[in-house]
Amino acid sequence: MSNSNSLPGNLKYTASHEWVNKETDGTITIGITQHAQELLGDMVFVESPAVGRQLKAKEECAIAESVKAAADLYAPVTGVVVAINSELGDTPEKINTDPYSAWIFKMKPDNAADVDALLDASAYQTLVDSEAH
Amino acid sequence: MTLKQTPLNVAHRAMGAKMVDFGGWDMPLHYGSQIDEHHQVRRDAGMFDVSHMRTLDMRGEGVRDFLRYLLANNVDKLQSSGKALYSCLLRSDGGVIDDLIVYFMDEEWFRIVVNAGTADNDIAWMIEQATVRAPQLQITPRKDLAMIAVQGPNAAAKLWLALPGSQALAEGLKPFNAVEWNSMFIARTGYTGEDGFEIILPATTAPSFWQTLNDAGVKPIGLGARDTLRLEAGMNLYGHDMDETINPLEAGLAWTVDLVSERDFIGKAALVAKPRARKLVGLVLQDRGVLRDHQVVSSIHGDGEITSGSFSPTLNQSIALARVPSAVQMGDMVQVAVRDKMLAAKVVKYPFVRNGISLI
Repeated sequence: MSNSNSLPGNLKYTASHEWVNKETDGTITIGITQHAQELLGDMVFVESPAVGRQLKAKEECAIAESVKAAADLYAPVTGVVVAINSELGDTPEKINTDPYSAWIFKMKPDNAADVDALLDASAYQTLVDSEAH
Repeated sequence: MTLKQTPLNVAHRAMGAKMVDFGGWDMPLHYGSQIDEHHQVRRDAGMFDVSHMRTLDMRGEGVRDFLRYLLANNVDKLQSSGKALYSCLLRSDGGVIDDLIVYFMDEEWFRIVVNAGTADNDIAWMIEQATVRAPQLQITPRKDLAMIAVQGPNAAAKLWLALPGSQALAEGLKPFNAVEWNSMFIARTGYTGEDGFEIILPATTAPSFWQTLNDAGVKPIGLGARDTLRLEAGMNLYGHDMDETINPLEAGLAWTVDLVSERDFIGKAALVAKPRARKLVGLVLQDRGVLRDHQVVSSIHGDGEITSGSFSPTLNQSIALARVPSAVQMGDMVQVAVRDKMLAAKVVKYPFVRNGISLI
């Protein structure tokens, strides 16, 4: 697996390696980044938060397990869970093959401005580069 | 700290390996996908760099007598040249210092292969024992040698492709036997539950042989798949399933300990005296999730602990080895604490997989 050459510029990112996509209906879609899936390796199991669950920003809310390790996912902002990607139950490996399509859950943020305050692609890239050494 | 490198370090990097610190060694975790590599070994053939493991040669008059005392298994089972035996090296209190394979070559030469992380400790222990009982022996760590494992249902066919002229040898060599062939020491042993070979060869020739194997269609396999393969095969991993605080009887290794014969060996008195309160069993997770090392196992007979837990790519579910109270029986259901949940697991006899076939 090669390194990600370019991060999608339309997405927002967190320091805990989630990506966040602002949908037109005011919800956000959340997954894990190429960098995170590379670190974890082959995915075998995803535990998603319950639809309707209220989450605070940075609250542990989901688990992505690879053969190697289990990683917690954190709510990028405060809000409510509105959907989960049930496809990943049978095909968790989609997180490895296409991490920016394999979304894990959707939220409706309490405050849309919280999403804008997340990292942009270049800030996240700087963070990843600084973790490399 | 600078990581130690095997002679194949450059080759791993050239093949795109994800390198990790493995007990102080810079080793390949995978070359892309651990699961694909796992299936490659179950379905075809793969090769592993296991040069971090240490080969020792023990030479001199009386080496068999010394090993009869040093090892928990009985080297008197080894009567034909090249025959191999799996054994534990025990402390006098029965704790496991290491597990190893010993090869009988002749009455003045036995070869021993030990784990990487324990090698220095093992050698110090062997020298200490030999100083007292067999000072004439020479114990030589062979840092000049590398080791490559070729494993899988097509391992034999692809090995003889890679080593022209070796077909008769590759096909005729019986499991747990080794033979010297040119500058190589070829053993029909492994750590995957598949047919295969472990080849000890000069470090200087290891990179070219690795390339030759690759050209013969043997794909490189990282330590990640090595662990899931050995777990499916129900093989113990030192430092996980046993260590110096655990005796072999509580680690599923009673079959490797000879308590019947008159022979005395280091740790025997402790094993005979000690009642066995726990045993090693297999677990198959019934719920979704992944079992991991050190998770607590609850049974009606008391608690136990997972010693090796992972996801089984062959069975497509999570499996584990666990040390539990002796009263736990095959077929029992137990609960495993996975984070904030109790998940159901079934107690099974291991191995889980042998020669590509599920035994569960």
